[in-house]
Amino acid sequence: MEKILQVKDLHVSFSTYGGEVKAVRGVTFDLHKGETLAIVGESGCGKSVTSQTIMRLIPEPPGRITGGEIIFKNKDVIKLKEPELRKIRGANISMIFQDPITALNPTITIGEQIMEGIRQHKKITREEAKQKAIEMLMLVGIPNPEIRLKQYPHQFSGGMRQRIVIAMALVCEPDVLIADEPTTALDVTIQAQILELFREIQKKTEVSIILITHDLGVVAQVADRIAVMYAGKIVELGTRREIFYKPKHPYTKGLLQSVPRLDMEKGDLIPIPGTPPDLFSPPVGCAFAARCPYVMEVCDRVYPFKTYISTQHHVDCWLQDDRAKRLVSTY
Amino acid sequence: MELRKHEERSISPAIPDEWFVPKVRDHKESEAVVRPSLSYWKDSWHRLMKNKLAMAGLFFLVLLALLAIFGPMFSPYTVETQKLTQQNLPPSSKYWFGTDDLGRDVFTRTCYGARISLFVGLMAALIDFLIGVVYGGIAGYKGGKTDNLMMRFVEILYGLPYLLVVILVMVVIGPGLTTIILALSITGWVGMARIVRGQVLQIKNYEFVLASQTFGTKTARIIRKNLLPNTMGPIIVQMTLTIPSAIFAEAFLSFIGLGIQAPHASWGVMANDGLSTILSGYWWRLFFPTLFISLTMFAFNVLGDGLQDALDPKLRR
Amino acid sequence: MNTYFIKRFVAMIITLWLIITGTFFLMHTVPGSPFDEERTTNETIQKNREAYYQLDKPLILQYGNYLAALVQGDLGPSIKKPGQTVNDLLGRGFPISFELGLFTLILAIISGIILGVVAALRHNGWIDYLAMSIAVLGISIPNFVMATVLIQQLAVNIPIFPVATWSSPKHMVLPILALATGPMAIIARLTRTSMLEVLTQDYIKTAKAKGLSPVKIVFKHALRNALLPVVTVLGSLAASILTGTFVIEKIFAIPGMGKYFVDSINSRDYSVIMGTTVFYSALLILMLFLVDLTYGLLDPRIKLHKKEAE
Repeated sequence: MEKILQVKDLHVSFSTYGGEVKAVRGVTFDLHKGETLAIVGESGCGKSVTSQTIMRLIPEPPGRITGGEIIFKNKDVIKLKEPELRKIRGANISMIFQDPITALNPTITIGEQIMEGIRQHKKITREEAKQKAIEMLMLVGIPNPEIRLKQYPHQFSGGMRQRIVIAMALVCEPDVLIADEPTTALDVTIQAQILELFREIQKKTEVSIILITHDLGVVAQVADRIAVMYAGKIVELGTRREIFYKPKHPYTKGLLQSVPRLDMEKGDLIPIPGTPPDLFSPPVGCAFAARCPYVMEVCDRVYPFKTYISTQHHVDCWLQDDRAKRLVSTY
Repeated sequence: MELRKHEERSISPAIPDEWFVPKVRDHKESEAVVRPSLSYWKDSWHRLMKNKLAMAGLFFLVLLALLAIFGPMFSPYTVETQKLTQQNLPPSSKYWFGTDDLGRDVFTRTCYGARISLFVGLMAALIDFLIGVVYGGIAGYKGGKTDNLMMRFVEILYGLPYLLVVILVMVVIGPGLTTIILALSITGWVGMARIVRGQVLQIKNYEFVLASQTFGTKTARIIRKNLLPNTMGPIIVQMTLTIPSAIFAEAFLSFIGLGIQAPHASWGVMANDGLSTILSGYWWRLFFPTLFISLTMFAFNVLGDGLQDALDPKLRR
Repeated sequence: MNTYFIKRFVAMIITLWLIITGTFFLMHTVPGSPFDEERTTNETIQKNREAYYQLDKPLILQYGNYLAALVQGDLGPSIKKPGQTVNDLLGRGFPISFELGLFTLILAIISGIILGVVAALRHNGWIDYLAMSIAVLGISIPNFVMATVLIQQLAVNIPIFPVATWSSPKHMVLPILALATGPMAIIARLTRTSMLEVLTQDYIKTAKAKGLSPVKIVFKHALRNALLPVVTVLGSLAASILTGTFVIEKIFAIPGMGKYFVDSINSRDYSVIMGTTVFYSALLILMLFLVDLTYGLLDPRIKLHKKEAE
């Protein structure tokens, strides 16, 4: 499979009022052409920072990339200068933010907001840009696009606005689309429509999608592969099937058990006790150890090695060590 | 290929076997919050302390207050003492800030002016606070038609130019210290009422207030326990910023001849007197009162800014 | 839109009427006649004079007559300046004050916005600290102090500019500077705060994610939204410039409306005080109205609200 984007051992920190927050602590993953990779985790686990770092959208300062590589089209995005980054943003990699209400500029017509993206990257006339904008609005399912172009964001409903945001992100036909919690701010019925739209668009355009979410329900519907993030690291990564049916990391299991499902008995819903660790001074060992029901002495002392369960599926957990397997029969 | 490489590592010799035993954990430990949580006020105070400019302002104001209270006691002169033989003397060890055209000591008069300015500022802020909190609190809490009517009235008052109204009132009731405070209060409370109402309206709908209402808590208790602590931040800031505007208004009124009357001294009066001598070189007569007006307003403004930053919970990181 | 316009206009007239009525009765609660200080004149003259100014008639009749005259634009005669009407004084003073006020407002808006935007873009850099220190100083130094400092430094010590009066562009520099400092500082601070707020908005991130240049992001996406709150304070800023003209015109001996107003206060010329107040109020209310309309033009969300409200 063609690798469109490679993230290698990425480290990102933020200097704040209380000290340095190590938000991303060594994240590695590949994105394949035409796939949807979901990054899942609790809020504050570094999933949004990771995605925004790919486009170099984190404010620097206070943010700082302290290590790693992001390889896109044989170039390391981390080493690129602003003008080069601007050529990539919107044209090759696009982004959709969580809240469609705040993601659109309230005082500019949506037509202008869609068109300015193309006109930034392609030398075309205003009329051509307008035609393209109309085409995009039709693609994302907005009726009467000619009239709608001249309207302002507040004249659209939440779901419609998210469609416009998607149209805006896709107008230059990018290779990668990063969607940061794209359905969180929407009603459940609208959520389903937007997810369906993602699937349709992917079929038509072969765009690779990185989907950032905390909602496993969303993941189950659209993701090809899933990366589970905890305290700034990817603790488990695998195909959707592997993660849902053969989860290996206790945190992944915990996440799955804390999601309500229709086939669940009353009392099956188990929340994970405790809170994520403080990233001002992250633990030396496994960050989940403090909340882990199977915790061992080793977990606090050394960070677990990456263990491959299959070519696609790997996990960072000491329970995969043979010595632990002797102790815990369930694993 | 890749798969095998990692399977080889599934027993790591560097890690001793005895570490692979289940760890018994005190459950409370996992719930423990790592960073010590500070109370709202303590946290705000810490942040204010870090703001050097605001602290400098606070320091200056404390000094000014001491000067206003005790300064005249240590001076051999009074506000009214005239020595016609010692007119317009420049600053010296005898007259720290020089003397004016009637031979009065400018230092003593400046201290006295500080009393007037601080008194006017504090009183105006206090009266604004009392009226504003009651009016805005009622409007916000009652809501609906009461709120609508009360705010319509506020809107009209708010549209009037503050100083123009004050001038009119001063013309009618005559100059003097009490009338200045009265005139300033007539429209001054409007800003406070608006802020309080906005805060109350916003907070009223928060879940925790609804929660205490459903438990049948009395209205007075809700206001005291829930609403007040949450509205205090913006109110304190507004009060800190009311004081310099009141001090400015007093100086302004005195400057155009509507404020404090002779022989009393206020910075505005002294500046007005000093202005006529600007061409004759008696710079100290203008310099000291205007310096003190500006420094005092500056101190209050930076303190107000500092408080705003320190008290705004949104800025907590 | 039309209904809103009419509603707003009616509210404007009512507010103005309230101010006129309030001012009128306030002025007439002052005990005694305005001529009390000049009792030396004989009684016939006194009587004639009171008749001329209608002071012998019942208050409510005086009020009615005043309103009737006002509708025709007649603000009545001056009490202390015989043979002159309030309209005469305004006719002479207003053009000068208007010039002073307008130039001040333009200077304050332009320099304030530039200062605020630059400070926000260099947030927490030395330019930001410098700009904001200037702004806090500008707010803290009263305009009459600023005026005296400017005269002392730029007219007396180094005589670049004339000390007083309003006869050539060179004469205008110091008064305008003295008057503009405060409003400029207010606009600069407000612009900075609102710009910083806008810059953290998601739509700025969206614009950045589209690959737009920083210049485009600032001027197309940020500035317009950041200036909305600035527009709302223009009304009260105009009011503060207006009251500022009182002292500035006094200090620089500029024969404007503010100077006549302060003179009339000192000589207790009630009809002039009243007339000027009414005129000022009308001016400011009109200003607020214009500000509202501008706001509606700048923010597309406002129109919809009004349509929904109707």
